[in-house]
Amino acid sequence: MYDTVIIGAGMSGLAAGIRLAHYDQRVCILERHYTIGGLNSFYRLGGRNYDVGLHAVTNFTAKGSRKGPLARILKQLRFRWEEFALCEQMGSAIAFPDVRLAFNNDIRLLESEVANSFPGEKDNFQQLLSRIADYDDLDQETYELSARSILTEIIEDPLLIEMLLCPTMWYGNAREDDMDWGQFCIMFRSIYMEGFARPLAGVRLILKNLIRRFRSLGGELKLRSGVDHIRVEEGHAVGVVLDSGEELESKHVLSSAGWVETMRLCDDVTEAEPATAGKLSFIESICALDCQPKDLGHDETIVFFNDSEQFPWHQPHELCDMRTGVICSPNNFAYGQALEELPEGTIRITMPANFDRWTDLSDDEYELEKLRWFNRSLESAVRFSPDFRSHVVATDMFTPKTIRRFTWHDNGAVYGAPKKKLDGTTHLDNLFLCGTDQGFVGIIGAMMSGISIANRLLMGPANEPSVAS
Amino acid sequence: MTRDDIRETIIDILSDITPDEDLSGLDDNVAFREQLELDSMDFLDIVMELRKRYRVQVPEEDYGELASMASTVTYLEPRMQDLEKV
Repeated sequence: MYDTVIIGAGMSGLAAGIRLAHYDQRVCILERHYTIGGLNSFYRLGGRNYDVGLHAVTNFTAKGSRKGPLARILKQLRFRWEEFALCEQMGSAIAFPDVRLAFNNDIRLLESEVANSFPGEKDNFQQLLSRIADYDDLDQETYELSARSILTEIIEDPLLIEMLLCPTMWYGNAREDDMDWGQFCIMFRSIYMEGFARPLAGVRLILKNLIRRFRSLGGELKLRSGVDHIRVEEGHAVGVVLDSGEELESKHVLSSAGWVETMRLCDDVTEAEPATAGKLSFIESICALDCQPKDLGHDETIVFFNDSEQFPWHQPHELCDMRTGVICSPNNFAYGQALEELPEGTIRITMPANFDRWTDLSDDEYELEKLRWFNRSLESAVRFSPDFRSHVVATDMFTPKTIRRFTWHDNGAVYGAPKKKLDGTTHLDNLFLCGTDQGFVGIIGAMMSGISIANRLLMGPANEPSVAS
Repeated sequence: MTRDDIRETIIDILSDITPDEDLSGLDDNVAFREQLELDSMDFLDIVMELRKRYRVQVPEEDYGELASMASTVTYLEPRMQDLEKV
């Protein structure tokens, strides 16, 4: 009999597992895939290391900082700041046809960029910053207000609104077209006010730290162990049954599988509503280069581009949408001398994609469309960056199908369902949600999600986790 | 446990929670919240560590007693004096 069974060995499940095991619970993490990480994972192909998911760790704060989500998860998980080996970004940009706004981990750069490109909005932007700084522990109702309508009240130039929304939506918005105000505030803080960083070794370093700690505390991890269903008796989860038929009894079940996905696992729920599943999925084209991107004049860490004044954020009708995307170079962080350990350059291009269209393809069509959209995504991206295409020495690509395989989220929805369940509760008193569908995104956010639900299990319902934490 | 043992126990817990913090200059009469900027999650952690290490239960209505080192030691003294330091 376990104290807690956790479904999914992603960032949130691992962080929850560490907290629970630290406080002497008997914990087992079940992972359907053959490796840990979920959305944020890693693999090796043709002698090269690749990351999935992570472009950058958001929510960066410097060593010694006592405030903010990063400081908080380090304390809660008992890691030293150095153990995540975070190196700051070189600088990023929001690129639209006629305006480019640079930003880095110091909000003053974005302030001056806004003042230069939108002189009339200088004061309005300050007002927005103080609105976001005031934001704290929103309840579910305030959280779900429309970010677009609140922004329209504060900022006059619609182009600036579109530009500010672009990175925040790209890095964590499960809703189409509009965004929850609460989610906007969280993303705005984590991207523009705290900022980007990355360990030289990528996400594997963070995952290896988490799993090593979890195991050293006596936690168990079972890979290739998909959960077939959650056994429910009299309004109470009593355990899980694996795809293999094996049964595990547990006092609590913590699921990072997603809200709809978790409801479907419960054997007392006959009808989960598939309409509530998220629709936003991506392709990513990954290029290894024979040089550093900066040698080609590309020294930006992340470029969020959009080729018109209106930023489209919805499921494309075609296989992919080439109007907006993200160009990320893992080389362009301040690694110092250690950069030499990255012999090649990497550029990753992420663009919106339609899950159904990709899954409807036959195997032959799938391979063909991958090639076609790979080339198109590069063609689209080089409108906003130096043309690196003649330096590509190896490629890989993931599609919504790949994301589905790694995350098991319906529709390969990267940020989960549009409707979030902030307190993680379900219809069962001992079944909780953590991860993307609890409203936390990004690596730090995901860990915070797992931590807050674990604390709730440890302390009882009086200590509600709060989404603003 | 003596008052000094209890103080040492709390220092031990704090250095676990905030490994990057230098606790040698801690002022016992100034609130943790001010000196170390501890937040509510950290206070819960102190409570949970006490429960884990010494089976001492701090009910929620008493969390305020843990504001500073001095008040924490005074609050815990009657609850921990019969315990052996681990």
